[in-house]
Amino acid sequence: MATLAPAGDFRTSYRADMTIFPTRGSRLALWLGLALVAASPLVFGRYELGLLINIGIMGIAALGLNILVGFTGQISIGHAAFFGFGAFASAYAHDTWHIPVVLCIPLAGIATALVGLVFGAPAARLKGLYLAIATLAAQFILEDFFARAQWFTGGVAGRITEPFALFGWVADREESFLYVVLAWVILMFLGAANLLRTRDGRALVAVRDHYLSAEMMGINLAYYRTLSFGIASFYAGIAGALYAHYLLFVSVEAFNILFSIQFLGMVIIGGLGSVMGSLMGAAFMVLLPEVVQAGADALAGSAIDHALKLGASISFLREMAVGAAIILFLIFEPDGLAHRWRLIKAYWKLYPFSH
Amino acid sequence: MDSALLLQLTLNGLIVGALYGVVAMSFVLIYKASQVVNFAQGEFLLVGAWVCWWLLTDWQLPFWLGFLVTLAFMTAFGMILQVVVLRPLIGEPVISVIMATIGLGIFFQALMKWIFGVFAKPFPPIFPVEQVSVLGLQVQSVYLLSLGISLLIMLGFAWFFTLSKHGLAMRATAFDQQVAQSLGISVPRVFAMSWAISAMVSALAGVVVGVVNGVSSALSFYGIKVFPAVILGGLDSVVGAVLGGLIVGLLENWAQYLDAHWLNWGNMYGVAPFYALILILLIKPYGLFGTKNIERV
Repeated sequence: MATLAPAGDFRTSYRADMTIFPTRGSRLALWLGLALVAASPLVFGRYELGLLINIGIMGIAALGLNILVGFTGQISIGHAAFFGFGAFASAYAHDTWHIPVVLCIPLAGIATALVGLVFGAPAARLKGLYLAIATLAAQFILEDFFARAQWFTGGVAGRITEPFALFGWVADREESFLYVVLAWVILMFLGAANLLRTRDGRALVAVRDHYLSAEMMGINLAYYRTLSFGIASFYAGIAGALYAHYLLFVSVEAFNILFSIQFLGMVIIGGLGSVMGSLMGAAFMVLLPEVVQAGADALAGSAIDHALKLGASISFLREMAVGAAIILFLIFEPDGLAHRWRLIKAYWKLYPFSH
Repeated sequence: MDSALLLQLTLNGLIVGALYGVVAMSFVLIYKASQVVNFAQGEFLLVGAWVCWWLLTDWQLPFWLGFLVTLAFMTAFGMILQVVVLRPLIGEPVISVIMATIGLGIFFQALMKWIFGVFAKPFPPIFPVEQVSVLGLQVQSVYLLSLGISLLIMLGFAWFFTLSKHGLAMRATAFDQQVAQSLGISVPRVFAMSWAISAMVSALAGVVVGVVNGVSSALSFYGIKVFPAVILGGLDSVVGAVLGGLIVGLLENWAQYLDAHWLNWGNMYGVAPFYALILILLIKPYGLFGTKNIERV
């Protein structure tokens, strides 16, 4: 996806052009980043680790949505519903058929992908705003289904889930679950990066860029639009299942439209059509409420706090921050954090001759 | 069969449907003029109703004055939103524009909750509440009033678009922007005007609902119910929007009747329009009256 190659950066073979990590620096940064996350339980408390886990889970779901929105150019306002379906599916599979949680997570992903394909059927024929409205309807229908299907979701009471376990190692704490999420994040992000190097991945991008040309080159539009819906749902399902086994409890109300919008916000803020951007966007969205909270805490007790009732209405302030962030990014940085990151990298690479 | 209940529900459906029709009309107005799908339409109702409520209770203004100030405020509000948020996004992909309006939606919904709280608050009594008998049914007079206001707004729209100069300019812009521009119509002004009018009319509907049911964030749900209505009627048809609104209102209430008597699924009132929406999108995505030029693949 490197659209901006600085002068002097030649690729002399197709192989070099298609590597996921083009420079030694990027490979080094990757290992360093992984090592830092793996070592973080030594430094951070449970709260900070929880944030890291959330970033990982949301990052997986946002990546799925980015494959749909950023790479295929479709739109979905029902991602949270699929996320929720994955969460319930994993818990249900474990409780009903006593499948180990390790296997439940990919199973939930596949089940969600199938549901996604059903709702993706309109996606094969619709695009743009019509699809947005269809997925909006899917969101409400699935939410209603969650509230009604007591056998599946536990109804209003919610559903208690079992912790992740592997050969007697139980990941029921932040310190241990972090590694489960980390493994899945690596798997899913490598999967997406590799998908985009295949014929199918390029077909998705072609559908986005000019669907008429894509069709003339022999790409089956209906097939690839539905496929990308399925892939997005698969990612949402995996992330939902991880979420369920992290919180050990799934409630019916959690997967509302605001949650769906947050996923879209992650994709937009991170950068449409950028794999790493999805993770950046997720990190932004997870940390934004913390920043708002910190801001409110800093003002606690002051005159502003009393005048504006900051402490009591922190949840509204968070929602407002989400909305404002989406609008501001769309107006001032429509290519998202990933683009800004590329600019910064290019600046340092070319310094002091940046022109 | 409980025919009295069915009749009552039908009447309710018409009253609510007329309001949906009004909101759908103002939604279509924005879409026709500036090709923006406004996911924040419900928040126009919400903001309008809260502002009017605030003027009437905290400032103790008489109703007519508070109402006029609200309409003036909402006109400015819609115009400012268009100029500040939507104008920079002209020419951006449809996803960006949709997301911007969604962002506006959550922002203002949360802002209203922050300022006015989450609980429904009743309007000060403005009209005498009494039961009126229509066709042997007991109906509150406020409901009839809301139906009357809805019809008035619709007539106003019809007048505006067929006879007034600005309305004709808007239709010209919707038909072909370049030709309209070459005839001396200021397209940016038409865009701003369409948002202003849409916000004002939605706020009017919001005040009506607020007077009847009290003001709460549930008002913004009208903005979501508007989608089944406009898709059914056709996204770019004003007549279709009105009809679609009425049909959705009736559908909701009949679904509730069906549910209460035979299905016992619960909550059909809220979900039935969305099932209908998916069906329409699969069968006839351009709706009853929409132009059939949407791209099919």
